Amino acid sequence: MAVTAFWLVRLRNLFAVVMLTGIYSLFAAALYLVMDAVDVAFTEAAVGAGISTVLMLGTLSLTTDKEKVHKKPSLMALVLVLMTGGVLVYGTFDMPRYGDINAPIHQHVANRYIEKSGDEVGPPNMVTSVLASYRGYDTLGETAVVFTAAVGVLVIIGRSKGTFMPSSSQARRRREDERQEQEDTPS
Amino acid sequence: MMVEKVLLRVIAKLLIPLIMLFAFYVQFHGDFGPGGGFQAGVIFAVAFILYALIFGVRVARQAISASMSRNLLALGVLVYGGTGVATMLMGGEFLSYNVLADTVHGAQHLGIFVVEFGVGMTVAGAMITIFYTFAGHSSSQLTFRRGDGMHVDAPAPTPKSTEDR
Repeated sequence: MAVTAFWLVRLRNLFAVVMLTGIYSLFAAALYLVMDAVDVAFTEAAVGAGISTVLMLGTLSLTTDKEKVHKKPSLMALVLVLMTGGVLVYGTFDMPRYGDINAPIHQHVANRYIEKSGDEVGPPNMVTSVLASYRGYDTLGETAVVFTAAVGVLVIIGRSKGTFMPSSSQARRRREDERQEQEDTPS
Repeated sequence: MMVEKVLLRVIAKLLIPLIMLFAFYVQFHGDFGPGGGFQAGVIFAVAFILYALIFGVRVARQAISASMSRNLLALGVLVYGGTGVATMLMGGEFLSYNVLADTVHGAQHLGIFVVEFGVGMTVAGAMITIFYTFAGHSSSQLTFRRGDGMHVDAPAPTPKSTEDR
């Protein structure tokens, strides 16, 4: 995963970047599977490696597949990134070890779910009980978020039928079309 | 378009029904195994997007029209929220499934089933809608030009191009 991530940063060709992002997602899905989070692995494989790759390809077809190279790297940005990363790493020092039985997350409501969800809700898959019954409001909120995301996409680029494309990509399209026509009609 | 690629077409025709069947399995078996509405919706949408990639967005639109995917999107949220309203009308609190049937387990099962179905509909509708809006830009006016990202057989820029650093 780390190799993929560093390779991603170095690349300037966005088509290859999209492909590598898909590979990275697949690795992440395998990692979740190793950590016994099958539901999350499912989602990561389907969304991260599947749908988002296709959507990114769609975006590339609307824009361009070459990244603009910034000549001057900003020192301020580097400092900011290093500081944020440092704070995050410092934060992990306080985290309990993976699988620690005394971790707060295993002492709070998890025991109740494990002991009583069979009687109170029923389904053998406790993840489903928690998501759909105990945390029904949260899941309703999540569904609303997905709905809002789709509506947002529709509002921004949904109804334009291509007429509101950025003028630069329209020009690029025209150029490519003209070149195509010249190639297609060899005299 | 990719229709002329026989191998892709045949394999896709073999795989798509299986993927969709798996989506429904994940949807309705979520109580017992891993999975649930979100995963099922995503897998269903993936199957459909695969169909659209192989056979073209225009053909896919004949199967599920853009307005239909939008309706699916809205209907899912409505089903979820409607379940909550239904439990309120039957004398419980919002989304407390216990009033839906006589036994606690039966009521909870019914409630979770309906709610997960709503989630699945919303997610599938959302994914297909987003895909349509992205793909619609490149296909509505320019019928499958070469060099679009949407087809895989396009002369893809290789990672080892000159600007590769």
